[in-house]
Parts: sequence; C-alpha cells; structure tokens
Amino acid sequence: MPTFNDILVLLPEFYLVAAACLLLLLDAFMKPEQRGVLHWISIAVLLVAIYLVIAGQPPETVTAFGGMFVRDRAAEILKVFSLLSVVLVFIYSRPYLVDRKLFQGEFYTVMIFAVIGVMLLVSAGNLVMIYLGLELLTLSSYGLVALNRDSPLSSEAAMKYFVLGALSSGMLLYGMSMVYGAAGTLDLAALHGATAHAGMPHLMLFGLIFMLVGIAFKLGAAPFHMWIPDVYQGASTPVTTFIASASKLAAFGMAYRLLEGGMADLAHYWQPMLAVIAVLSMAIGNLVAIVQTNLKRMLAYSTISHMGYLIIGLVNAGPEGYSAAMFYAISYALMATAAFGVILALARAGFECEEIDDFKGLNQRSPWMAFLMMLAMFSLAGVPPLYGFFAKYLVLQAAIDAHMLWLAIVGVVFAIIGLYYYLRVVKMMYFDKAEEGVLTKLQPDATLRVVLSLNALVLVALGIYWGPLLGWCKQAFVG
Amino acid sequence: MINLQVFELVCFYAFAVITVGAALAVITLRNTVHAVLALVLTFFSTACIWMLAEAEFLAIALIVVYVGAVMVLFLFVVMMLDIDQEKLREGFVKFLPVGLIVAVVMLVEMLALIGVRAMHAQAMGVNPATAAGQSNTAWLGTALYTNYLLPFEIAALILTVGVVVAVALTLRQRHSAKYQMASEQVSVNPRDRIRIVKMDAVRPVEPVVAAAPEQESKP
Repeated sequence: MPTFNDILVLLPEFYLVAAACLLLLLDAFMKPEQRGVLHWISIAVLLVAIYLVIAGQPPETVTAFGGMFVRDRAAEILKVFSLLSVVLVFIYSRPYLVDRKLFQGEFYTVMIFAVIGVMLLVSAGNLVMIYLGLELLTLSSYGLVALNRDSPLSSEAAMKYFVLGALSSGMLLYGMSMVYGAAGTLDLAALHGATAHAGMPHLMLFGLIFMLVGIAFKLGAAPFHMWIPDVYQGASTPVTTFIASASKLAAFGMAYRLLEGGMADLAHYWQPMLAVIAVLSMAIGNLVAIVQTNLKRMLAYSTISHMGYLIIGLVNAGPEGYSAAMFYAISYALMATAAFGVILALARAGFECEEIDDFKGLNQRSPWMAFLMMLAMFSLAGVPPLYGFFAKYLVLQAAIDAHMLWLAIVGVVFAIIGLYYYLRVVKMMYFDKAEEGVLTKLQPDATLRVVLSLNALVLVALGIYWGPLLGWCKQAFVG
Repeated sequence: MINLQVFELVCFYAFAVITVGAALAVITLRNTVHAVLALVLTFFSTACIWMLAEAEFLAIALIVVYVGAVMVLFLFVVMMLDIDQEKLREGFVKFLPVGLIVAVVMLVEMLALIGVRAMHAQAMGVNPATAAGQSNTAWLGTALYTNYLLPFEIAALILTVGVVVAVALTLRQRHSAKYQMASEQVSVNPRDRIRIVKMDAVRPVEPVVAAAPEQESKP
C-alpha cells in the first residue's frame, strides 16, 4: 500500500505536476499582455525543482510505490541536468518565440510536463513506469514540435516523429511483453535476478532485441535515426534544443535502467548488438553530416554520431562504462544547448539563421558570438582542452577496458572525420566574408547573452576541471 | 463428454488464428471499410482470448470501448472521408457479405466462449483473482489503486498532456468571430434592452370617413 513516505520520495515530481497544472490555470486566466510573466514563473518553478531534487537527496537508494520508482544517485544527477537544460532552453527561446508570435503558455507547461516524463523515466523501477515515462516525454515532444502549426515543415516533422515514435513505442512494448512472458515479472529489480535462469531464454532474448530497438530509437542511433534530421530541422529551434538535451539524458537513463537494471545478466548478448549500433551511428552520423548545408540538420547528424559514442560507454557494461556514458550524455546536453543557443541568439523575426552560410563572417559582425560558437563546435568535435574531448576520451577508455580496442579505434577514426564539418563552421565564421543582406544585429536580450556565455564557458571550465563532475558520475554507479 | 482442457485449447487456437488472420486482413484489404470491420473482428477475438484467460473486465472493456465506441467512430470517419459517392450508395450491399462474415464469426466465438465458461475449465493456472476470492473486476481495481497507483496516475497525466496539446494545436482565436458572453448576458439590465411605453389601453379611433371614399374611387 502506498504511504505518505512514498509521496515524499516523489516530492520533486509531484511538486512539478502541481506547478504545471497551476501554470496552466494561470495562463488561462491571464490577459495576453501579462503572459510575459509566465516565462519567469516557469524558470522559478524549475529552479525550485532542482533545489528539491538536490536537497531531498536520500543518503542511499530509496524506492517508492512498491519498487515502481527508484531514487538513486544516477537518477538525481540526470534529473538535475535535464531540469537545468530546460531552464537554459526557456532562457534562450523567449526572444525567438516572441519574434515569431509563438509565445504562449502551452510551450512552457507542455515542456514542464515533458521534463516530468524525463524525471519519471530515469527513476523507473518497473517496465510499466519506463513505458509511461517515455510516453509522457514523447507525447509532449510531439506536441511541442507541432506547436509551430503554421509552418508546414514543423507539421511534417511532427507527423514523422509521431508515426515513427508510435512504431518504436510499439516495438518497445512488444519486447516488454515478451520479457514479461519469459520472466513473469515487470519489476526491474526482480528481472535482474530472473533473467539468467528464466524458463524461456529464447523468449527473453527476443524481447531484449525489441527493447534494444526502442532504446536505439529514443537515443536516435543508427539504423533507427531516420526521424532525427527531419525533426531537428522542422521543429522550432527551442524545441530542437530540448530534444537534443533533456531528451537525450532521458534516453540514456532509460537505456541504463533497462540494460543494467533489468538485463545485466544478458550483457554478453546485448554488448555486441550495441557495438554494431555504435559503429553504424558514428559512421552514418559523421559521414552524412559533411554534406549538410543546414546547420540544424548538420547538428542532427552530429547527434547521431554522438549517440554512437555514448553507446560505446554502455557497451562496457560496467560502472566505469556507465559513468563514462553519463558523463558523455551530460556533456552532449551542455554542448547542444550552447550550439543551439547561439543559433537562437542570432535568429530574428523572418530569419532563422539555420543555414551554415548564415554564419559566414560572423566574427566581423559579432566576435563574441563567433567565439562562443567556436567553443561549442570545438567541444562537439572533441578538441582538447574542451569538455567534449574528455567525454570522448573516457568513453573510448571504457571501450578499451572492455577489451574492445577495435571499437575505440573506429571511434577515433570517425572523430577525426567529424572534425571536418565542425571546423568548416569555424572557418566560415572567421575566414569568410559575410554575404550581403544578412542581418547583423543580435538579440538584445541581456539574460540570454549572459547565460549563453556562461553555458559556453562552462565547456572550457569542465574541460580543464572535470574531476568533481566525473566523481559524481562514478559515485552514482560504483557506490 | 468432451475433454474440457482440449476444448479450451481448441478454442484458444481458433481465437488466435482468427485474431491473426483478421489483423492481417486489416493491413492487406484495399477497401478501408472492410479493413475497419476486420479490425473489429481482431478486437473481438482478442477479447475472447482474454475471456479465456479469465480477464473478464479487460475483455468487456475492450469490447465496450474499442468495438462499441472507437471502431464505430472509425467507421464513420472512414465513410465520411470516402469521396466516391457511388461507392457510398452501393455500400450496404457491397459490405454486407463482409459484415455478415464478421458477425457470424463473432457469434460462433461467443457461443464457444459461453460453452467454455459454462464448464468452468481451469487450464490457465491459478488466477490471482480467484485465489484472492474476489471477482476479476474487484481484484483489478484493488491492484490498480494499490500496487499500480503511480502508473495509473501517470497515465492520467499523459491524457492531460494530450488534451492540453490538442487544444493548443486546434484553438484559433479569430477576432472576426462572434462570441456569446454568458456573463454579460446574465448580468444585463432589463431597462437597457426594453423600453416600456405607457399608453392607454383603449384609444379613440379618429374618424376617417372623409378620406376613405376618396381612396376607393382612385382606380
């Protein structure tokens, strides 16, 4: 029976649900010209949620609602960073939304609902909770992509995302039902013990494969990456930023819960499968990104390749590998918010600033923005001493530890290939002349500029001083 | 007397084959109305399988909600979307055979099911509801509101998001549109709307004797 203590464990989630519902009401009763306040209220709500997650952190792993919900260190870290990335998304997107008359309360409430989905997903202790958390997150994401309803590109992206997302949910659910049939339990902790000597090992493996498809789709790893480029390009840039940051942290959390939480005994089966997915993602992501002319599309392919690196960490299937993968997921979220943040800062009404050519000669127009973008690009490429380099380094280290030297070598080769398209952006910003007619003025929003600068500079700071964050990530899986 | 377990097994396989066959028909039939009817059959056969597994509540919910409401809605939508008017008119005769087949198969399934239920077969292992001495519905309700309370609430949250997004995507406030303001209508002062004019109940009619003949003589 659920007790009051169960509710206390879920305090941050319940608080966010209540806050999102109140925001919804507030939005409905507000005059249109007052709605600007919603922006600040939403940010405050999320900051309080971050405080609740950190302050209420139990000394050791706690479960609630009969094992449905697990609150451990790994979940806490993922929650803090996904909430943080949504705060960044809110700050970056306000001028963009106002310029395009997309500023409405639903953007904020639906995104808060999505982040509740993230929090539930990374804390799931049961297959049912994994599925429901994922649905809450993806349903909100479909809505957010479609919210820019006057743009045919957005509608198309939302439709593709919805159809493919429904298909992958179906696959995941199918796999779960097979696993349930084989093991007779939905509880991940119980599955952990039951997988090795389940009555029907083939049924178990069958289910595992389908669940892997679901995970790969959610991460956006090849060969289940088809939706990523269209959704990244079609969605309005704030939503793309969300999908590239918080959503990826959630996907890592889901993969960790399913693979380590439930299927650890079958690791020798899923390790090679994940290795193949990792190689395919790195290859397709890095090679196709080279020919892109649209920056958002290029970053989409870059996401695919980054998910390949993240999966290398998972292939290790040990605490070192998981901590490396989590470190990587966090680094990717921060890098993606910085890169998309620059796009949002440069975009004006009627000018999306999403073609790579729009960045030509940015250094002459705005040296500081060009510098921030350069930091983001170098970090994504994995140039030392930036954050992205150490994230890649740890992941490759994890592959070598797992006696998969070939995987590490493939990773390095594709990282070098990937350098090309990141450096191309930097070259255009610094060495090309701006085209005629490109708008030169920046978004005047001071908060955006300050926070964006901090976000990009953190990439340098964490690249130099990465010990504490890595320490947290390790603590989450070792202790 | 037939062996109960064998009969139940035969029923299960029959239902399973029909379910899979109907599901295949859903995606292979070219005529959308036929496909919807096949989908109805799929749901119905699935419900029968659930009934065999003694999940009565789920089976009935599937029939009431999906077959009864959602599929009828589907059928309406499919028929409304069909632009070919001739096809629509000849629809009844054309769809009659498929409809009949679906209906007959459903009837046979129901009869078989009643047969199995009447014989109280127990081939599916111990039913937790029976073990707890409760009806299936009561057991399901208890499980839903105790062990599965959190997932249940989150499912509600998902529906909320669905509603919010649906409204956000479809609501367009047009300034040219005319709205009824109920609050203003209620709080209106009668004096602003109706002017009461005092006048005599009877008014002396003025003599028109002089004018009348003149008008009549005109044509």
